[in-house]
Amino acid sequence: MPTLEIRDLFVALAATPDKPIVKGLNLTIRTGEVHAIMGPNGTGKSTLSKAIAGHPDYVITSGDVLLGGKSILEMEADERARAGLFLAFQYPSEIPGVSIANFLRAAVQARLAEGEEIDATAYYKRLYSKMDLLKIDRKFTSRSVNEGFSGGEKKRCEILQMAMLEPTFSLMDETDSGLDIDALRIVAEGVNLMRGEKLGVLLITHYQRLLDYIVPDFVHVMYDGRIVKSGDKTLALELEAKGYDWVKQELALSASAAVATA
Amino acid sequence: MSAPALSTTPAEGFTSTRFAQHLSQRAYLPAWWLEAKKAAWNQFNALPLPSRTDENWRFSDLKGLDLSGFTVPEDHSQKIPNHSGFAQAAEIVFSNRQVVARSHVSAELSSKGVIFAPLDEALRQHGDLVRTYFQKHPANLGSAKFVALNTALTVAGGFLYVPADVEVDLPFVIQHTLTGNNVSVFPHTIVVLGPRAKATVVEFFVSGGSSSVTASTLARSAPAAERQLVSGVNDLHAAEGAQLTYVGAQRWSRETLAFQINSIAVERDARVLSLNLHLGGRQSRHESHSRLLGPGAHSEMLSLTVADGDREFDQRTLQTHISPHTTSNLLYKNALLDTAKTIFSGLIIVEPDAQKTDAYQKNRNLMLSDTAEAHSLPGLEIQANDVKCSHGSTSARIDAEQEFYLQARGINPTEARRLLVSAFFEEVLNKLENEDLHASLTALIADQFKK
Repeated sequence: MPTLEIRDLFVALAATPDKPIVKGLNLTIRTGEVHAIMGPNGTGKSTLSKAIAGHPDYVITSGDVLLGGKSILEMEADERARAGLFLAFQYPSEIPGVSIANFLRAAVQARLAEGEEIDATAYYKRLYSKMDLLKIDRKFTSRSVNEGFSGGEKKRCEILQMAMLEPTFSLMDETDSGLDIDALRIVAEGVNLMRGEKLGVLLITHYQRLLDYIVPDFVHVMYDGRIVKSGDKTLALELEAKGYDWVKQELALSASAAVATA
Repeated sequence: MSAPALSTTPAEGFTSTRFAQHLSQRAYLPAWWLEAKKAAWNQFNALPLPSRTDENWRFSDLKGLDLSGFTVPEDHSQKIPNHSGFAQAAEIVFSNRQVVARSHVSAELSSKGVIFAPLDEALRQHGDLVRTYFQKHPANLGSAKFVALNTALTVAGGFLYVPADVEVDLPFVIQHTLTGNNVSVFPHTIVVLGPRAKATVVEFFVSGGSSSVTASTLARSAPAAERQLVSGVNDLHAAEGAQLTYVGAQRWSRETLAFQINSIAVERDARVLSLNLHLGGRQSRHESHSRLLGPGAHSEMLSLTVADGDREFDQRTLQTHISPHTTSNLLYKNALLDTAKTIFSGLIIVEPDAQKTDAYQKNRNLMLSDTAEAHSLPGLEIQANDVKCSHGSTSARIDAEQEFYLQARGINPTEARRLLVSAFFEEVLNKLENEDLHASLTALIADQFKK
């Protein structure tokens, strides 16, 4: 079963490599599992997902990320994507002039062997079936990628891309941000449809709300660049009830206990 | 009908002996034409090369204007190109100045008086018609010397005449292919649309032996790096109420010095759309001069350039509004990569009588490299007081987030750039009514990224 292993990972902005944002994070995700990372703003959740996807603004200063046992750190962003990683963006870029159909076609074509041409009929058939599944109007395909989209449309477009590209691991960065409850439900349904033994998911979220719709197998609490607490879905509920201050207090207590025993 | 074969003695550069030989081989052509050639030859020799102080050549690489050592090719490539991929009214294919393939206009069009012929044939059969329009409105943008060279030595070129009220939907295609090292070619195309006539002309300019105009075959034979010289001239005329679409697509070799000088004359209520696609050459200068000659005349001047490698693309334009109530709209888009350089210099002149002129000029540059260089010199010269004129120039870098977004979907950086450039160009290509032609140009552009 393929795994995505994050080993003692340190990430900083490329511009300030001596100021780590992610500070020694460890996490292993297997296909078939849905992990949620929760945590307060500014704790490094988005940084983690962008660094794994290969965003040029971030630098991994130490540690490793292994996809199916192989390090991906030497790979460019596009190679990582073709190797099976998918980043659902918190703020998807608008690409005026490039239609969704042509954009996805280029992405599908990129996954074919050198010299192999995409079968246009089969491609559209598949695209339309995924759109039907996600209840997306077919007219959507001729619109420019994310241009003038509502928050909900942008996120649905991300889910459509994920459905078409069939990644092994999907990193979903604040997928719930900017969504009203109806849009959230549709997006969650889409993810749930794709859930299965071929896909591992890392859900990054600030709120427990999303986890009412996509029920995770594991919940991790991230604080100050590290995972400080892990548990099952009940941890999210506990967090919702007690707030992040609860985690901070626990951390402070264990830190002082450590000092006391030292 | 192809031009008579030339002597096989190789000629050394553009010498007077060589020119005399050129003339004597064409004694069968009308006397006025031979006189025009002689005058042009003298003018070419009398005119100096552009100098540093010439405003029309600001930012141009003057050292690159080296005409020494070029000869006119004596034979054509043995490989006759295939016909182009989209449906067409008729086609003329030149290889090294000689007609190597030709399809004729239908009997129906012919009976309506449509003439589509190589220049040589048109001179013999419709000499007076050619004479009326040949350089009737010479472009005035600084290349008189190179236009003179064209007149003196031109052999290859197309002549299209569409009489009043005749509308032709399918494009007329002219292809120029140049093969060999240190060779030159001087295409001269004349397009005349009578009152209310409608036509589309597509001209391809390509280096390399066997390539035909179709994008798919071009993809298989990238232009060879042969040192070549081209000086092409166009005379485009749209009489009252006529509608002309002209597309010029250039993909010369990486070592070609190319000049292309377009003159566009638009009469009352006529409309001309010109779209020039620039992909090749080492140093490629393109001049386009529109004259709005009658009320209601409109000129749509479009250009797309993929500037890669260390190429220089030098674009000079003039929109001269002579009559009142005339409009023009210029949109030149350049995508710059590597260490390429583009120069856009455009001027709108509104003459005193041209009240109610509405003229617009825009140059947009998409920078895909930190080391590329885009110069933009827009200008207005307004001598009337009731006009609407504006110009603008923008240079934008490709958004790093957009690039990452595409890469995060597995699209490699080259393909990502191609998608972004295609998107950038779409606004211009969408102005073409003919979808097959649109697709053909898109494929040609895409091919530029396959390296």
